[in-house]
Amino acid sequence: MTATTTMDATPISHEKYEERAFGFWIYLMSDAIIFALLFATYVVMLGNTAGGPTGKELFSLERAAGETALLLLSSATFGFAAVALANADKSRSLLWLLVTVALGAGFLFLEFREFRGMIAQGAGPDRSGFLSAFFTLVGTHGVHVSIGILGIFVIIGQVLIKGLTTPVVSRLARLGLFWHFLDIIWVAIFSVVYLPGLF
Amino acid sequence: MDVSGFPVERSIRPYLIGLGLALILTAIPFALVATHALPRLTTLVIIAIAAVIQILVHLGFFLHIGFRSTPRENLIAMAFAAVLIVFMVGGTLWIMFDLHHRMMV
Amino acid sequence: MEIFGRLTIDSLPFYSAIAASGAAVTMLGALSVMALITYFGAWRLVLFDWVSSLDHKKIGIMYIMIALVMLLRGFIDAAMMRSQQAIAYNNDGYLPPGHFDQIFTSHGTIMIFFMAMPFLSGLINLIMPQQIGARDVAFPFMNSVNLWLTAAGAGLVLISLVIGQFSTAGWTGYPPYSGAEYNPGVGVDYWLWAVLISGVGSTMSGINFLVTIIKCRAPGMYLFRMPLFTWTVFVTSILMIFAFPALTVACGMLALDRTFGMHFFTNAMGGNMMNYINLFWLWGHPEVYILILPAFGVFSEVVATFSQKRLFGYISLVLATVAIGLLSFTVWLHHFFTMGSSANVNAFFGIMTTIIAVPTGVKVFDWLLTMYRGRIIFKPPMLFTIGFLVTFVIGGLSGVLLAMPPVDYLLHNTTFLIAHFHNMIIPGVLFGYLAGYMFWFPKAFGFKLNEKWGAWSFWCWIIGFYIAFMPLYVLGLMGMPRRMEHYDVAAWQMHLIIAAVGAFIIFLGIVCLGVQLALSIRDRQQALDLTGDPWNGRSLEWATSSPPAPYNFAVLPKVRSVDAFWDMKQRGVAYHQPDRYVDLVLPKNSFIGAFIGGAGFVFGFAMVWYMWWLAVLCLAAIALAVIVRASDDDTDYVMLASDVKEIEDARCAELAKAPRNEMADDPGFAGEPVLEASA
Repeated sequence: MTATTTMDATPISHEKYEERAFGFWIYLMSDAIIFALLFATYVVMLGNTAGGPTGKELFSLERAAGETALLLLSSATFGFAAVALANADKSRSLLWLLVTVALGAGFLFLEFREFRGMIAQGAGPDRSGFLSAFFTLVGTHGVHVSIGILGIFVIIGQVLIKGLTTPVVSRLARLGLFWHFLDIIWVAIFSVVYLPGLF
Repeated sequence: MDVSGFPVERSIRPYLIGLGLALILTAIPFALVATHALPRLTTLVIIAIAAVIQILVHLGFFLHIGFRSTPRENLIAMAFAAVLIVFMVGGTLWIMFDLHHRMMV
Repeated sequence: MEIFGRLTIDSLPFYSAIAASGAAVTMLGALSVMALITYFGAWRLVLFDWVSSLDHKKIGIMYIMIALVMLLRGFIDAAMMRSQQAIAYNNDGYLPPGHFDQIFTSHGTIMIFFMAMPFLSGLINLIMPQQIGARDVAFPFMNSVNLWLTAAGAGLVLISLVIGQFSTAGWTGYPPYSGAEYNPGVGVDYWLWAVLISGVGSTMSGINFLVTIIKCRAPGMYLFRMPLFTWTVFVTSILMIFAFPALTVACGMLALDRTFGMHFFTNAMGGNMMNYINLFWLWGHPEVYILILPAFGVFSEVVATFSQKRLFGYISLVLATVAIGLLSFTVWLHHFFTMGSSANVNAFFGIMTTIIAVPTGVKVFDWLLTMYRGRIIFKPPMLFTIGFLVTFVIGGLSGVLLAMPPVDYLLHNTTFLIAHFHNMIIPGVLFGYLAGYMFWFPKAFGFKLNEKWGAWSFWCWIIGFYIAFMPLYVLGLMGMPRRMEHYDVAAWQMHLIIAAVGAFIIFLGIVCLGVQLALSIRDRQQALDLTGDPWNGRSLEWATSSPPAPYNFAVLPKVRSVDAFWDMKQRGVAYHQPDRYVDLVLPKNSFIGAFIGGAGFVFGFAMVWYMWWLAVLCLAAIALAVIVRASDDDTDYVMLASDVKEIEDARCAELAKAPRNEMADDPGFAGEPVLEASA
């Protein structure tokens, strides 16, 4: 009287990738909470300008539009890279990944210029509670974008060295989730911070 | 669902459609703010609605989230996070603005 | 740019005898541990079998070791506070105020972040995967990282005794007092980075446990067949994932204020310190449910096993757990009723707070009804459970009192509040985890703990608890505020002396725990758990050997009902060996988790002392470690079927040596011998 065996051991099984995909998704949910609370703090501190400059005096509609366009396009180009990958087209996927990096870097460049300009005119994060909240909300998003760009470089390296193996492809898929998530946060940022601030 | 755990997308069509819709949904609020064409409250409401729709566009066309294509636990996790965000942000705003009203801080 | 930031020779604790002795004890402790390991020639074992292990069982044991050490450390704080308050009527006692303030801060910080959290993370790690029939958690590497991040946080608290000082701002760190203007020293920074770094570990642990439960259950282990402990872990993980971000935001902003001169919570320049309190407690309330729910899970397991009866009201227990989890996000303002909100706001949160007491009441009835008509076996885990049932309810009642804003206005921040939350945490959280420790110890190590000393430990703890904390209720009603370093109301002293006596009795309870462990190790050959099922258990963790094989189950169990293992025993299929074994895939050991923890510790230290170059270096090191690991596709090894067979055959041989149930000698035992003789 013995139980039948089950073939329940396979190296790096399909289940493992599902677990990683789900786990990463849950991580993004926790990140969403962090951003939600940064947004809430920003709204609470909108009026806390301590006699210093307000958003209207500091923000620029053109720059916000530029940043938005760059990030939105980069989301699309990441998607093009993912499609190329699904069609096993290594060189095209690498090309679109590099375009994504360039667009992301352009976004960061504009943001860096914006921050630097504000700090130079005495409107840095230490000027008022409102500015602390602004710099932290937008800056945290920028830090995430930077980490995303670093991640893309790592993936490019892995694709070049290991090729389009399943682990590499799965990592790229998770990075894609991250990248698109950041664009969603940006939609919220321009809708809560820049547009109302500039009206 | 492919072996990497995610739905496989072999065509760039959803990304092009998503990009197009997102551009429109971005252009409208930006234009409203640039031209001051409508009063403030109306503009803010339109910004909010456009943002929500654009986020749904991102979720659908870039992240390929769908009622049938996405595993149920992912959808539930997202719904739960959304509910919690409403509680936490809503509660924070209620509490902090109530305190502001009472104590001018 | 100074290499040493603001670290100078004055940072060493030679300014006070007490500080110097605290430092000496800490250093002595660390050195003795290293000396002991060297004496036993165990460095290879410690490093290559434990520090680098990705095995959830070993990681769980290491978490519990952290918890027990920090229990001692946190208790010393408590003993110092009790003795100070007992004598400090109209005099300064022996602790200067700055010192006393550090002590109450570190007491709370240690007990919550570095005793209770590691204790529950450890028990969950050790047991939950086995209960669902899995071989490990979903992300074994991340598990290791989280352990070492927790250790890093604990390390920062410990090293603050030796270099610099700890925070004096309470375990909640309210600004503006905790801000740079009023507290420019290193204390609050130590606290912040200890909390932030270990908080990241807790968030990721929550993710790990949740994915494990959702995705790694054995065939047939539907959600509504999971043991109650696993259900409570499930809800706890959700709370960990969604509450800790609020702590990260609150403490992150405070760190930005302190380090970069921002104005989130400053007095002037547009700061809003009430937002800190709002954000902190957005985390803080779910946190107390994170602490208690796994303990409730332990009690569910223990009460069923030692009443020898199926758990009463499984569905209601599950629904109550889920309800508690959901409601825990709707009550946080009750921690600051007195901050000045309007009546509507206070009323809403007061009502929600009274509502959240209801599902816990449902659970208490379910546990009582499990005991009713059971055949109770009064082993130490059951003693802790019964003690909990009586005592915790009192604490719950005091909580419902405090839930009413007008009452809270009188009692907020008095010793009544201290008594209330200790009345929840000690009989609830601590008794639960001590019960779990004694219940699952044989599973972890293969031999049982001494029951006599376990019982004495329980009696000291419960008697000591009542004597230490009931006077605090009275004192609170008499108007005594919390955290008083000295006082001038004569009527208070008698109660404080009684409370100090209670603390001493609790100390005896801790001594009994130590004696229990020492004697059990000495006598382990007489108390071996040969079957893996010393208590005639009901859930799947009892199906594995004690200690389990690295892979837990050679063949994944096929679950047919709730109380899966009990069901398998009844059907006679509990210990069957398969015809053939298969190769199993297991994670290789890795030092990267410990490396990241170590870099996290140095990073925290660097941020405290403004050694920016070192902080950047540590961040780069962590990034590099993550990238290296993320590029490694060869992280598992294959255990051949022949090796699996060897391990399983050895297990069967042990089973043959113990043909009857080990509890059968206990008075009141009503169960069947559960082992069939192996063929």
